[in-house]
Amino acid sequence: MADPMKIRATLAGDSTEVKVLMNHEMETGQRKDAQGKTIPAWHIQTVTATYNGKTVLSAQWGPAVSKNPFLAFKFKGGAKGDKVQVTWVDNKGDKRTDEATIG
Amino acid sequence: MDSRRRDVLRTGSGATLLALLAAAGWLKPSDAEAQAWNKAAFETKTMDETMKALGGGAPAQSKDIAFVSTPDIAENGAVVPIGVASALPKTESIAILVEKNPNMLAALFEIPPGTDAAISTRVKMGQTSNVYALVKADGKYYVASKEIKVTLGGCGG
Repeated sequence: MADPMKIRATLAGDSTEVKVLMNHEMETGQRKDAQGKTIPAWHIQTVTATYNGKTVLSAQWGPAVSKNPFLAFKFKGGAKGDKVQVTWVDNKGDKRTDEATIG
Repeated sequence: MDSRRRDVLRTGSGATLLALLAAAGWLKPSDAEAQAWNKAAFETKTMDETMKALGGGAPAQSKDIAFVSTPDIAENGAVVPIGVASALPKTESIAILVEKNPNMLAALFEIPPGTDAAISTRVKMGQTSNVYALVKADGKYYVASKEIKVTLGGCGG
């Protein structure tokens, strides 16, 4: 199981700002190890953020997204104490869901 | 004798069926995820190919797309912060493309109504390159570009 994400959701006026820091190698599939063998690609492919069961952002990522990916976005609405959920799935089928309380 | 043989056959085929079901159950979710991820688009090497894989025509240059808190010079190509904000009405998606990376498309964000057409993330850049922000708004594609100089590549081994 992958390490947890760090999610911060802050209410600013009538919008909620969400910042996510994920823990993932994001191996490109371009690099070679010491023996000259290509290290297979291992990266997050899809990311979904939901608020109250409604998708507020979905993304598809290639291996060019940095290691331990960072993501920030804003959506209208949100209330203090409500939860924002973020899920990612990588190309090995591993997935992780974490949630944060809007503060 | 005969009936026992039948039992063996029955249990044998039962086990196969179970294995098949398990295999089907195992394969199904990953198939669904593979569909959600636009593999073809992430394997493209040029703008034209990317546009074809995304199902759009040639994008129009737009001044309504801005790079936010994106550096002109990135010291470390492994972590280049990119922020894109679109002022185009009905922005549906934002894509980040790095021209000189092995595959151009780095990330594709779907913006549902109610979410600001502004996202920021970090990408890897192999070398100094143009970075494109491709925005789909009201069914049409628009693009803006910015050159980012990289002093240390992010794809070295």
